[in-house]
Amino acid sequence: MRTILFILQKEFLQIFRNKGMLPIIFFLPLIQLLILAYAANYDIKNITVDIIDNDHSLWSERLTHKIFASGYFKYHGTPQNIPSAMEDIKDDRADMILVIPPDFEQNLIRKNKQEVQILINAINGMKAGIGSGYIQSILQDYNIRIRKEWMHATAVETQVSPQINVTDAYWYNPYMDYKQFMVPGILVVLVTMIGAFLSGMNIVREKETGTIDQLNVTPIRKVHFIIGKLMPFWIIAMAELAFGLVFSWWFFHLSYAGNIWLIFLFAGIYLIVMLGIGLLISTQTQTQQQAMFITWFFFVIFLLLSGLFTPVNSMPQWAQRITLFNPVAWFIKVIRMVLIKGSGFSDILPYLMIITLFALIINSIAILTYRKKS
Amino acid sequence: MSVFFSFIKKESRHIIRDKRTLLILFGMPLIMIILFGYAIRNDIGNSKIVVVDEAHDPYSAQLIAEINASKYFEVSRIVGNEASLNHEFQQEKAAIAIIIPPDFSHRLLHLKTAQVRLVADASDPNTATILINYATAIVHQFQQRLFPSAAISLYIQPEIRMLYNPAMKSVYGFVPGVMTLILMLVSAMMTAITIVKEKETGTMEVLLASPLQPPLIVLGKITPYILLSFINALLILGFGILLFQVPMRGSWFLLLAECVLFTLTALSLGILISTTTSNQQTAMMLSLGGLLMPTVLLSGFIFPLKSMPVILQWFANVIPAKWFIIILKNIMIKGAGWHEVWAETGILSAMTVFFVIISIKKFKTRLS
Amino acid sequence: MNYNSSSIPAIQAESLTKEFGDFTAVDAITFQVEKGEIFGFLGANGAGKTTAIRMLCGLLQPTSGSATVAGFDVFTQPEEIKKNIGYMSQRFSLYEDLTVKENIRFYGGIYGLSNEAIKEKTGILLERLKLHNEAGSLVKRLPLGWKQKLAFSVSLIHDPAIVFLDEPTGGVDPVTRRQFWEMIYETAYGGVTIFVTTHYMDEAEYCHRISIMVNGKIVALGPPSGLKNKLNADSMNQVFLKLVRQS
Repeated sequence: MRTILFILQKEFLQIFRNKGMLPIIFFLPLIQLLILAYAANYDIKNITVDIIDNDHSLWSERLTHKIFASGYFKYHGTPQNIPSAMEDIKDDRADMILVIPPDFEQNLIRKNKQEVQILINAINGMKAGIGSGYIQSILQDYNIRIRKEWMHATAVETQVSPQINVTDAYWYNPYMDYKQFMVPGILVVLVTMIGAFLSGMNIVREKETGTIDQLNVTPIRKVHFIIGKLMPFWIIAMAELAFGLVFSWWFFHLSYAGNIWLIFLFAGIYLIVMLGIGLLISTQTQTQQQAMFITWFFFVIFLLLSGLFTPVNSMPQWAQRITLFNPVAWFIKVIRMVLIKGSGFSDILPYLMIITLFALIINSIAILTYRKKS
Repeated sequence: MSVFFSFIKKESRHIIRDKRTLLILFGMPLIMIILFGYAIRNDIGNSKIVVVDEAHDPYSAQLIAEINASKYFEVSRIVGNEASLNHEFQQEKAAIAIIIPPDFSHRLLHLKTAQVRLVADASDPNTATILINYATAIVHQFQQRLFPSAAISLYIQPEIRMLYNPAMKSVYGFVPGVMTLILMLVSAMMTAITIVKEKETGTMEVLLASPLQPPLIVLGKITPYILLSFINALLILGFGILLFQVPMRGSWFLLLAECVLFTLTALSLGILISTTTSNQQTAMMLSLGGLLMPTVLLSGFIFPLKSMPVILQWFANVIPAKWFIIILKNIMIKGAGWHEVWAETGILSAMTVFFVIISIKKFKTRLS
Repeated sequence: MNYNSSSIPAIQAESLTKEFGDFTAVDAITFQVEKGEIFGFLGANGAGKTTAIRMLCGLLQPTSGSATVAGFDVFTQPEEIKKNIGYMSQRFSLYEDLTVKENIRFYGGIYGLSNEAIKEKTGILLERLKLHNEAGSLVKRLPLGWKQKLAFSVSLIHDPAIVFLDEPTGGVDPVTRRQFWEMIYETAYGGVTIFVTTHYMDEAEYCHRISIMVNGKIVALGPPSGLKNKLNADSMNQVFLKLVRQS
């Protein structure tokens, strides 16, 4: 046991002495948290719109007014015709064109039906989808209102058919704050980077500089060495998680519904998995460069299939099956459950068991493949 | 010059011999494009819905059947009251709930109006919005089917046309993004790390003592990486076009020229990083935090820039990836020509020159 | 069985062999090193010296043959061997980003020395190397010669019975090399067995006995003077060249 303490002491000395490393461990995560929280945002706003109003009636003007009052859309201009509006789209000055045909108002009243044309730049398919959703619901709303007004004004009594009124409620995140959703996931990313990246490289560094040979001829126990090398990163990552949680609460005004200690419990085990992966990579590589690339490779896959950016539920079956083996996906799921919805111990118990199983398997493999002898 | 070429040969041999890294350099773009093409999607299908059926009457049963038949929902449970709702959400057993109050049929038939409540787990606001929209539509459809009303008056029919990407495929945006990311990864990160490695192991001094000029040494070291990243870029283009039918509407020559330009930008960034640090770990974390993260986040690759706070939008302007992605999208998808991308090209070139100048300055102060 | 009070040789190797695939790096070497002896292990680069030393230290599993180090078997008791040997590799083996004192403390701790023992050892060691003023400086700031002397001293921190030195004087200036060998003598005088590899032939003269390896085989074994007589050579350099030409 005392040996572990000596290794720990040495590791911390080395980490804190490395001037390049300190900002990376303490400053970079903060920057990332800040940028990611604001940047990783699917809350689509500021869709710029060109309006081609060929009617210039009261109704057409009310429609355009309503669109810009919604907060999702930003007025860009009123080009003369579609070709010149298309130029705006081509140069990315406008995302959407709304074309109101001539006699819009009159046709609505006379024919009871009128088309409006909407052209959307769909290179970013998701943004286009959400944008078209917004505009359609605004149109529908507008439609209902003028219909009511018209009926009221003309005093037409139509026969009333039964109506189902739908009301909706958004639980756990009533203000629909995207940060509330993203920040917990970002914390997982930060913790993962410390856990998997730095730990793996740290061991490979001893290989590269040759000090590992010196350690291997000492009676140091394999397990002690591994624990001593990995534990600093476990401690740093946990401290970073704590810091991140406090910072997000203070800075982003996030509210945490559940028990924070559950997060630490899960993170503690999760980090053992990540450190195990780092260790495994270090046994398979000779240089830091290799270690870094392999870690990066898995990190990208883990991250893309984690449900951080896009819901796991939207993935095809085969991809969803892969996420079952992705520790990052499990932690992101759990941290969201606990922090946003206040899920309790019994709710996350199955996931705790899964992650513990991962920890056991990964570390057994890593320790078995790690050799003092070649 | 022959010294220079032998230098390139030496460096290429290093790369080729390192099978693992090579595998990753070529495997990574492949896997990323497949993941982005197939797995990373936003369309929501088949979400679990809990039904709180307090009515237990014919119409409520019909409504439940209608919901279950939809391709968007799968009824996970039907419960009698909403007490357990919180629990269902907390255990992730459902993403949305529909509550049908008592006397549903009675109210519908006799009072001509009935209520239905939808409750969504809004942890993810977008998913929640979409699910509520779907569910609302199903309820309205149900109503229409049961009680077809007379022709709707004053109907505004939106006619929506999706430009450039009618099927709204997300790969269209991802192919340029992945290309940018990979070029950045290979050119900038690999360059920074290989140069720093020579510093760390002390071989850099040996090289500097050779009759070769320092700029030539650096050039010799990075030439193989230029080639490598270029092959990678072509690979991604090929996959995008052949596998995912991403269009290539502009000029190939212009596209490839722009790729060369961006490769140079990335290399100059890599060199810049290598001059500021002498330790591989630091170089890696710097590239990761300073290059790759911004490339993923602030380039418009995944997250639309316009939704971000103004400061970030402004900051995005100094990120080369932003301009390159605009260029790629314009050429490939919109079929833009030189007169539409010259401004962005100019910005990228200026950035490259700027990075090179700073690197040279730093390099010199190091030596003196 | 206590190694110190017995008459067991420090190292005993019988047909010790290591193969890497088709390549035989060490080909059935047999030799014996007595307690307190300075045993030189010579050979050109790639002759198999490092492989042999790594097997004896328990870093590499031999393919066949047998060997004991300090009375312990290399196949079955590598961990026991490690407690009783010191090792200094040709690559610099201290942590450059730790101070002199921190390095001593770390290795002392690894070998299970008590805190008092570490303190005491540190004092003695700094005194002997006259490094008192540098105790708090980072090792990377020391000149190479001092680093090597420090590394040697650190490898002795747990009072091992045998020390393996793998090219300890590589790249060091002649004066420092001289000082380094004085330290080796001093250590051997204290009863520690020294097993040293080198390719400086003048250093071979300092050894009690040497063995010369060519292509994985020991081609000569004996005291330097004996080998010179046997091969009719004036210097060890000539001995070496003659042996290489023969094989």
